[in-house]
Amino acid sequence: MLEEIGTTTEGDLIINVGPQHPATHGVLHLVITLNGETIKKVEPHLGYIHRSIEKMCESLTYRQFIYVTSRMDYLSAHINNHACALCVEKGMQVEVPERAQVIRVIMDELTRIASHELWWGAMAMDIGAFTPFFHAFREREKINEIMEETCGARLTMNYYVPGGLMADLHPDFQKKVKAFITLFKNKIDEYDELITGNIIFINRMKGVGFLSKEDAVSFGCTGPSGRGSGLSCDIRKLYPYAVYDKVQFDEILETDGDSLARYMVRIREMKQSIRIIEQLIDNIPEGDFQAKTKAVLKLPKGEFYTRVETARGELGVYIVSEGATTPYRIKFRSPGFSNLSALDTMARGGKLGDLVAMMGTLDLVIPDIDR
Amino acid sequence: MFNPTWAMTIEMVIAGVSVIGLFAALGLVLVLMERRVAAWMQIRLGPNRVGPKGMLQSLADTVKLLVKEGMTPDGSDKFLFNLAPYIAMMVAMLLMAPIAFAKDFRLWDMNIGVLYITAISSIMVISILMAGWASNNKYSLMGAMRSGAQIVSYELSAGLSILTIVVLTGSLNITDIINAQADGWWIFKGHIPVLISFVIFIIAVTAETNRAPFDLAEAESELTAGFHTEYSGMKFALFFLAEYINVFIVCAIGATLFLGGWMPFHIGNWEAFNHVMDYIPSSIWFFGKTFFLIFVIMWFRWTFPRLRIDQLLNLEWKYLLPISMFNLLLVTAIAILKWHF
Repeated sequence: MLEEIGTTTEGDLIINVGPQHPATHGVLHLVITLNGETIKKVEPHLGYIHRSIEKMCESLTYRQFIYVTSRMDYLSAHINNHACALCVEKGMQVEVPERAQVIRVIMDELTRIASHELWWGAMAMDIGAFTPFFHAFREREKINEIMEETCGARLTMNYYVPGGLMADLHPDFQKKVKAFITLFKNKIDEYDELITGNIIFINRMKGVGFLSKEDAVSFGCTGPSGRGSGLSCDIRKLYPYAVYDKVQFDEILETDGDSLARYMVRIREMKQSIRIIEQLIDNIPEGDFQAKTKAVLKLPKGEFYTRVETARGELGVYIVSEGATTPYRIKFRSPGFSNLSALDTMARGGKLGDLVAMMGTLDLVIPDIDR
Repeated sequence: MFNPTWAMTIEMVIAGVSVIGLFAALGLVLVLMERRVAAWMQIRLGPNRVGPKGMLQSLADTVKLLVKEGMTPDGSDKFLFNLAPYIAMMVAMLLMAPIAFAKDFRLWDMNIGVLYITAISSIMVISILMAGWASNNKYSLMGAMRSGAQIVSYELSAGLSILTIVVLTGSLNITDIINAQADGWWIFKGHIPVLISFVIFIIAVTAETNRAPFDLAEAESELTAGFHTEYSGMKFALFFLAEYINVFIVCAIGATLFLGGWMPFHIGNWEAFNHVMDYIPSSIWFFGKTFFLIFVIMWFRWTFPRLRIDQLLNLEWKYLLPISMFNLLLVTAIAILKWHF
């Protein structure tokens, strides 16, 4: 009988959030043990969107497998591609032209802004405010237009190839990016007016979903979720790749460790991304956009690991090569999976309404967790 | 030929039909208005395909909902499950009785109109609890429990702020309350205490009608759809309609108590100005004020994030209730000393 009505022997209610639920933004399944409105335990169940991308990559050549990774964290497709391209280039010991590196960084930062904007809208929607979602999408659309012109796609761009880029920039690229920067600088203040300063919003976020620095380290939280707890983990600063060591930007750290801290990290990070783009947009060097590579790529026998900072945290690509045209084994260290594992610790003792505020600030993209 | 019984019966039938007509018409108008207001705030167009400028959108939606299958889940308590939407609708219809829609135009001029409204509106919570419990769904149950706690709490503040006007007027009759505002609406005549009670009234009724930022009962991102998760087709539509009619009614009550109902806007001795104002039909005054308040409540919904359940109850019991109690004392002092204009 107890099983039937879904309670534990202590009389706590067990409730299934997902796999079809508006707050999980995908097919995440959370089994929540509730005492009234208070959360006692959160148990994520994964696997609903598992496509075995890692296994698929083993049968794809080094040119092909990059495009599958656009489907992992679809909101930072460029950055995923970047990680894979870097790993192959490291193995091949290909020198990427300066022009391609600069363009890659600009594209990465544009992707980061687009991703954070979508997060901002979805975050506000989880909290119960619908309007910000549309405002965020208005600006995100501008980035998508820029991407569409240069890469030919809006979501899964497939623009990076080992050795550089697939095509050169669209002639209007610089003009459009500059126009976007001018527009976005005004809009980000509008975001603050709409949501950040709202008393209800601050009350919903402050002190909610606390994650200590120690817990952040032990769960492997990276990206804004880790930096909200004061953990310095920005790969762009710690292990610079492309031209990140040549541009000026700050690593955003907040020490409170609550949802508001993680929220503020992302908001401030968008401003830093703008700063990086501003430095680079007028200084794109002339030259080739792609290095000369062989038609068929073969990585030497060995193990290769590269990592990049995606919009959600550290993405690691680990390739084991046996010297063939396809990887022998491939493994992605995705940020979403580690960040999700901290949810239980964060949520215990909180209210059911807090859960969406926590999940929102973890910025989960389910295909990134399941792969 | 017409003995009093017949006359009475015919009157009742006409009244009933007009209430149902108004109920349906208001539902259509308010749903369209909500969608247009939302679209305007969210920089999009909103419904614009069905009929001229999308005017017939809600009519098309109604047809869709009418022909949809009204499912009753297997594990549910079938009687209560099917009864709940009708209670919700019935409450909304009953509340229309004492409201004065225009000068000398009301269905039932009872001498305890305000008491009647506060009493009947409390029944609404029963239909929500019934729906949540009978659905045999955990989300519904949680939504219903939240809603129960919320409505019972916020009724106190709403009741106390209504009482301030009753104290000032000395009558529970809606007609008397409106007539007392002939020389100025209470919100102007009653100094700051009435302004405070007006603000508290708007907050409390927003919570009472389960509208954002107090829409915890149907918090979409937490409870999918709360107490009406399992409802579909016309049964869902009745809840949906009842919600909008309730918004209309609480705004109508707000307009009646604080903004003078159908009473035109008059300024002291400005004879010419007052005369011009009198030319505007009283029904336009009433509906204008009511729809202004409805707009304010819609504005809340599309601007604010949602509160959490403990914050919601804190707001009521720690802030609104003490303030409105103290405010009632102030207003009583004003009424006794005749300090109001």
